[in-house]
Amino acid sequence: MQEFRPKIIAFYCSNCASSAADVSERMKQKISENVKIVPVPCTGRIEILHLLKPFEKGADAVCVLGCQEDSCQYIRGIIQVKKRVEHVKKILEKIGIEPERIEVFSLSASKGDFVDVINKMIDKVKNLGPIY
Amino acid sequence: MTEYKSGSNLEKVLKAGHFAVTGECGPPRGANVELVRKKAQYLKGYVDAVNVTDNQTAVVRLSSWATCLILKQEGLDPTFQMVCRDRNRLAMQSDILGVAAHGIKNMLCLSGDHQTFGDHPEAKNVYDIDSIQLISMVKKMRDEGKFLNGEPIDVPPKLFIGAACNPFAEPYEFRVYRLAKKINAGADFIQTQCIFNMKRFREFMKRVVDMGLHERCYILAGITPLKSVGMARYMATKVPGMDVPEEIIKRLKGAGKGKAAEEGIKIAVEQIQELKEMEGIAGIHLMAIEWEERVPEIVKAAGLYPRPKVD
Amino acid sequence: MIVAEQKPINEILDMIKDLKKVLVVGCKGCVTVCNVGGEKEVSILATSIRIARKKQKKEVEVGEKVLERQCDPEYIEELKDIIDDYEGVISLACGVGPQFIAERFPEKLVFPAVNTKFIGGAIEHGVWAERCAGCGECVIHYYGGMCPIARCSKSLMNGPCGGSNHGKCEVSPEIDCIWDKIVRKLMAQGRLDDLLKIRPPKSWLTARDGGPRKMVREELAK
Repeated sequence: MQEFRPKIIAFYCSNCASSAADVSERMKQKISENVKIVPVPCTGRIEILHLLKPFEKGADAVCVLGCQEDSCQYIRGIIQVKKRVEHVKKILEKIGIEPERIEVFSLSASKGDFVDVINKMIDKVKNLGPIY
Repeated sequence: MTEYKSGSNLEKVLKAGHFAVTGECGPPRGANVELVRKKAQYLKGYVDAVNVTDNQTAVVRLSSWATCLILKQEGLDPTFQMVCRDRNRLAMQSDILGVAAHGIKNMLCLSGDHQTFGDHPEAKNVYDIDSIQLISMVKKMRDEGKFLNGEPIDVPPKLFIGAACNPFAEPYEFRVYRLAKKINAGADFIQTQCIFNMKRFREFMKRVVDMGLHERCYILAGITPLKSVGMARYMATKVPGMDVPEEIIKRLKGAGKGKAAEEGIKIAVEQIQELKEMEGIAGIHLMAIEWEERVPEIVKAAGLYPRPKVD
Repeated sequence: MIVAEQKPINEILDMIKDLKKVLVVGCKGCVTVCNVGGEKEVSILATSIRIARKKQKKEVEVGEKVLERQCDPEYIEELKDIIDDYEGVISLACGVGPQFIAERFPEKLVFPAVNTKFIGGAIEHGVWAERCAGCGECVIHYYGGMCPIARCSKSLMNGPCGGSNHGKCEVSPEIDCIWDKIVRKLMAQGRLDDLLKIRPPKSWLTARDGGPRKMVREELAK
């Protein structure tokens, strides 16, 4: 039987999350193949539709990686996207999809936990199973 | 020969210059005639008239007019209450003629608690006219013999028109003007919301007297005896437009376990005694809600028994 | 503007459960302004429906279209070229839109995706409140520029009632007592005389009570 390898879309901002990604890279950590990373100028730019579409196309999970609330370069970007992720969780729950399939993470620019966070998400989604 | 607007017992007592006492009867949640008769027996002889509430707090009860009829049979002078929440102007005029036809002579005109408070919150709102427009309408029916639309009424209703007043609701500065408005519209008597803050009530009555309103309308002060600390707290915090000073709550607490009710009655009697001497006050409206059996002792303790008989 | 709120997604899914092809139609008017039925919301709803139905293993084809307004037949007409591809139409416009669509395309099933709530305006970003009851006879100038018909829970014209509670309505602390505001404003303006005037009973003939209404501009109508 083929092992379930979750398809994940990971949006990440060009500020803190990008720095965190660089640190991970320097630590020689690698991102799993089934994860597609999508850079955005700021996570605040991500709309509800961008968060829903991956699920329509068959993604098993979506993560958003951005700044800490007090260090967002665009001030409220990360706060906005957190609200949108909450909204999408509600929609997913109502239509029978586990709300845990979408998460938002605030990363510190200096810590190299970019890959760790994504890997934890992969593990969680493995337990949930494929979306459809 | 005295000319009366309605000839009700309440009107006669007030016109003769006596300090009036009115009571209240909350109708049952069913066609429970026996309960109404029982309540009537507590009040008979101790009050000059009895208010009957109209779907109080928007909870369905035996209708006010039907309960009034039973009280009349028991020998009391009922005051029919009508709220604006449940009836349009057609139903109102029709019911006004209805109660008058059955010899009910007092009527209290009220806005009514919003239906969202009650047991049928999904019901449609009526509020076709407001309480002040209702007062004007009843006056027009009685004094001009005309319906709201100006057409003649063959036998006009003879009703003594009452209204409510809440001196403690906001905006405070306006309350005395709203009272004036109700009197201008035709209110013959006013019953106030129950008073606990005597100091504020005194200030309010000063303004009323300054404006000469007490000479155009009989003002009855509302009194509710407090049964318990819990009841006092509930009224202080959960009932809009109610002012229950901390001293009152302290007095009830201080009375000791199981003695709060007696203290509550004592407070009520003290208040009545002060009101007997207050300028502009023509009587009291005693609202012993679900405590009608204590009315006789309160009336006696306040020196208001026996009630005057006016022909 | 007309303020509406989207129906719960499950209610919408239930409406179309037996259909295989539906068209979601938005409106660039009021429902766009209150972020309920514009272009974005059309896509979000369409995507949500597709995901839900994919999960149910009952896939559905969902088309997306936005009209300038759904309260004008000339815009409804634009659906003519695409509507035949669909069994049903979900309209995100206010109550007027789905009715205009149903009238123009009587063979199609039409479903309302929003609950039309009231005539109102934005009081802060993301919050709309009722201001007008459409009573057909505007008299806000008697009340310091405020409407007691729409904004007083009891539509009092000689308010306030005894339930006014620290400037809030007895019905809910979220509702301002409009009479508290009216009285304070007029008293501050020295207009006590206006407040003492007894306003006569309202004629509800011009309101919905008088029957469904029409407005005609003679010089424009044929």
